[in-house]
Amino acid sequence: MQEYKVDRRGYYGEFGGAYVPEMLYPNVEELRNRYLDIMHETSFQKEFQDLLKDYVGRPSPLYLAKRLSKHYNTNIFLKREDLNHTGAHKINNTIGQILLAKRLGKTRIIAETGAGQHGVATATVCALMGMECIVYMGAIDIERQAPNVSRMKMMGATVRPAMSGSQTLKDATNEAIRDWINNPVDTHYIIGSVVGPHPYPDMVARFQSVISEEMKWQLKEHTGNENPDIIIACVGGGSNAAGAYYHYMDDKDVRLVAVEAAGLGVDSGESAATSVLGSRGIIHGSRTLLMQTKDGQIIEPYSLSAGLDYPGIGPLHAHLIETGRAEAVSITDKEALDAAFFCSRQEGIIPALETAHAFAAMDKIKYKKDDIIVINLSGRGDKDLATFVKHL
Amino acid sequence: MNRIEQLFKNKGKNILNIYFTGGYPNLNDTETIILELEKAGADLIEIGMPYSDPLADGPTIQESGTAALKNGMTLDLLFQQVAVVRKQSNIPLIMMGYFNQMMQYGDMAFLEKCAEYGIDGLILPDMPLYVYEEKYKATFEKLNIGISFLITPQTSNERIKKIDELSKGFIYMVSSSAITGAKKGISEAQLDYFNRINGLQLQNPRLIGFGISDHETFSTACQYANGAIIGSAFIRALKASNNITQTIHNFIEMVKGKVTV
Repeated sequence: MQEYKVDRRGYYGEFGGAYVPEMLYPNVEELRNRYLDIMHETSFQKEFQDLLKDYVGRPSPLYLAKRLSKHYNTNIFLKREDLNHTGAHKINNTIGQILLAKRLGKTRIIAETGAGQHGVATATVCALMGMECIVYMGAIDIERQAPNVSRMKMMGATVRPAMSGSQTLKDATNEAIRDWINNPVDTHYIIGSVVGPHPYPDMVARFQSVISEEMKWQLKEHTGNENPDIIIACVGGGSNAAGAYYHYMDDKDVRLVAVEAAGLGVDSGESAATSVLGSRGIIHGSRTLLMQTKDGQIIEPYSLSAGLDYPGIGPLHAHLIETGRAEAVSITDKEALDAAFFCSRQEGIIPALETAHAFAAMDKIKYKKDDIIVINLSGRGDKDLATFVKHL
Repeated sequence: MNRIEQLFKNKGKNILNIYFTGGYPNLNDTETIILELEKAGADLIEIGMPYSDPLADGPTIQESGTAALKNGMTLDLLFQQVAVVRKQSNIPLIMMGYFNQMMQYGDMAFLEKCAEYGIDGLILPDMPLYVYEEKYKATFEKLNIGISFLITPQTSNERIKKIDELSKGFIYMVSSSAITGAKKGISEAQLDYFNRINGLQLQNPRLIGFGISDHETFSTACQYANGAIIGSAFIRALKASNNITQTIHNFIEMVKGKVTV
């Protein structure tokens, strides 16, 4: 059992580990030594659960999307992470990590962000706890996710543009790691996805696992059975997917669908479909699948969606996909946009562009009429209005 | 005994290790840079393998790497350039890069190429100690390739002893927990750290890197270790240069100043 959970050294099968320069080693080691103990403390759990309930607004509803179900002739439930405070699942993790950072005696918080949802979620918890907050964001993403930049600033965070490389999520992550190297004592780095060196992928997955924990009893209420047949989630780094899969990973009758961004098309040269285009290597301190040249240079990815515009995937997902436990589906920009409009008009819910990729997967996967399908509605689309308006 | 060990045996003090990025400023500068550095009086040369995502390097070195990749640098080409240099020079050469580069080249093929073309040591800052020990140590030893692990002011004494046990050639002593090129001068806290390390009676010699940029920082570093490594400051000099040969000689002269060699 538990073959999909992290092992003692921080690996999922052959993926994971902590490939970090010595300058980061003491920080990562401190986290590795303490994260589980801290997370299991009664006082931590109480504070975490209270904030998830009263501040985030959990549990998030599990909603039977009747019109979508009718259209696809099956049973589609939406896990409404978009209704969380700040509008996405990202806050589950930032609440957990800020409480952990406080217990580690850290006073300064840094984060990377792509779509800005994790940056906003980090700025939010820093305001809540009165901590200094610096968010690194690719210069291109700052432009395409302007509303989130304003939100971060309004809550007192400093947004620093990452100017190197493709000026997107990968480069923001590099800059955040550099900041941590330069500030090893007082700073905690809140990584927003299940990426990075061990223990981050496991820690973030645990904080996000509340999603599938709730799904179990909610499905039981709705259907009498706590297991669905299929769970669909979009994967950039993969934190919402990790949370939606977490308590089902060992139940092999539950199909896990990981939806990646194909950008302009998997073979177009402008894509972020890592499981198809990637190979084994190391990115941001983790051994996983990533898009790279034969010389090991990391390839700049592309997706219209800033949150999926990342050339790697978390090591857990690399393991799930490589072992066949999860099936990967690639969705283009256009398919995602169409799905965003379709969902908006069918259900009155505007999904984030990232999440729209998960909806579009309904047109690609096989399912049966009687199936119970859960789509993890990881975030709302307010931040993407400027993009959507261009395609109205 | 390889060339690095020989160097520390013959000259235990004031070792000057200069880092440059392969393929920068121009694709085919490797030969000129190494040969002129040797003539000017560098003892050891560290060749950076340009990388798209160099986490342990600062902006100056990252920029030089980006430019080198744009110039068309590849590992195969770098090996060819090293092979040409090796026919003309016996200076110890180290390659510094990231573990992913070695993995993608084919880890064992990479090590064999290093040995074949006369690379004496490697610095792979993101390769974990246990990975080296369990997977590569035997091959490094068989091929007589040295390896230098990094230590920082935050590295525990226990871990430093483990690093000393695994390193072969020298230990790369990060002067502060700052990315290369970010800090100027040497502080009291850094001196305490240097003294602490000297008290540990390690078997490997130490070179201090990060923040060494001129005569003052170099000579201070030489008082507390066997020598020092200069990277970002040299890259900046190359960037501003109209005549690489002249720049190299001026730079080494500036660094060495009155330090006796």
